Amino acid sequence: MLELRSLTAGYDRRDPVVRDVSLTVAPGESVGLLGPSGCGKSTLARVAALLHRPDRGRVVIDGEPAHGWRHRAPAHGWRHRAPRAQRTAFGVVFQQPRLSADPRLTLTQLISEPLRATGRAAEAAETVRELARTVGLGEDLLGRRPHEVSDGQLQRACLARALVLRPRWLICDEMTAMLDASTTAALVTAVENYRADSGAGLLAVGHDKVLLERWCDRTVHWGELTRV
Amino acid sequence: MADAPPTSVADTPVVWRSAAGRSVVGARKPSRSTRAWRVWSSAAIVTAVVLAVLIVPPLVDLDEQAVHLADKLLPPSLEHPFGTDDVGRDLLLRCVYGLRVSLLVGVVAAVVATVIGTAVGALAAASGGWVDRVVMRLVDVFSSVPHLLLGIFIVAMFRPGVWPVVISVALTHWLSTARIVRAEVLSLRSRPYIDAAISGGASRWRVTVRHLLPGVLPQAGLAAVLMVPHAIWHESALSFLGLGLPTHQASLGTLVQSARSSLLAGDWWPTLFPGLFIIVPTLAIAGLAGAWRDRINPRRRSELML
Repeated sequence: MLELRSLTAGYDRRDPVVRDVSLTVAPGESVGLLGPSGCGKSTLARVAALLHRPDRGRVVIDGEPAHGWRHRAPAHGWRHRAPRAQRTAFGVVFQQPRLSADPRLTLTQLISEPLRATGRAAEAAETVRELARTVGLGEDLLGRRPHEVSDGQLQRACLARALVLRPRWLICDEMTAMLDASTTAALVTAVENYRADSGAGLLAVGHDKVLLERWCDRTVHWGELTRV
Repeated sequence: MADAPPTSVADTPVVWRSAAGRSVVGARKPSRSTRAWRVWSSAAIVTAVVLAVLIVPPLVDLDEQAVHLADKLLPPSLEHPFGTDDVGRDLLLRCVYGLRVSLLVGVVAAVVATVIGTAVGALAAASGGWVDRVVMRLVDVFSSVPHLLLGIFIVAMFRPGVWPVVISVALTHWLSTARIVRAEVLSLRSRPYIDAAISGGASRWRVTVRHLLPGVLPQAGLAAVLMVPHAIWHESALSFLGLGLPTHQASLGTLVQSARSSLLAGDWWPTLFPGLFIIVPTLAIAGLAGAWRDRINPRRRSELML
């Protein structure tokens, strides 16, 4: 159970972007969060993925509050405050694959980076090959760097990176906003296959109503969250 | 339409209007051929200098310290192309040896300064919070003291020699690199791929070493090369003031310093040639660094920023 309890967050304490929002994702459930551009849904996704410290409220993961936020830490350190086990429970896919890939790493390194960071480099080669097949990346692409592949191919690699640690929660922040229909379908299928296999929960953020309603068990409108 | 001469914005002089209302004609951006000529001549000079300082001392079996009082203060001739100094030592040989010392000091000091600056800048930016504030205020304090003064202070604590000069130059020149690196790291730190790395379980150390530092290496390398001329001038200044190398040891600064006495007697060569040896190679290195910077950041106006 992933619970976001009355979160208030933003980039200026006096004018928060997210005001008193609560949302719950049950294990294995997929929730679509719909909202217009600039309403704060990406900020909420970052808070849920423990990448942004909320001003008020808390994130509770399986009954256990996310650590490190109760101290009045300087605003900078928050991204490392949550312990590694909690951070890696989330797989995050961002909207812009170009910006979310380190331009110096090849796709293989990109996908296997979380394994290396958590001291599991030994299994990297095998896992990457398997994941590349799952997300539909050809073997010939794996040696290339981000600027040598298309946005769709890069987003597939970013999805593979999000899945490599087998997270219990997937957070897709406008994952398919920049992509064509077939790539969108392929990525959604890959996410669903992984969820069927692992029982992971999903929080999909977007503004494509048709897509999210077909993809997710239930969809929530941003307006409903903030009014309550 | 065929072969009309291209008239681009870059070819016309930039006209700025000053506060007084007069128009000021700025320097034209050098044309492509001028820039190419500059790069190639700089490269040729740097190559020649490096070859000279590397090859001449081991190959030529001459003692640059040998004194021939009979030959003192000879003007340039075929036997002594740069003339001789006031105790009859060959100036060409001493210039080459001096350049060798100055280059060694310049390169080592620039590398050490860049390493210190990169480490401090990355530490400040990656730690944030009070560490960042304290470290950067310390940098401000150090940069408020004139470099030369601080350098003299450091040199004065040791016996004269090459290494005190290296330490002095390195310890006074890392400040700007620290600022550059910190600014770069701060801008890289907010990119989504850093978020992705953190979400993937990367520790703070790993994020810094694996994702942030490789991103600032081009800037740090450029800063290092731009610092070499600076370090050479600094070494010359310290030696000229008598605080750097001991006077018998040839360095560009000590050569100019010991030539000062004969300059008023009308002997120009002991001052001119070491002076040229300070200016020409450092300008050539700066020219190469400027070309490199134009490659990294082509929109920036090309000018020597030393």
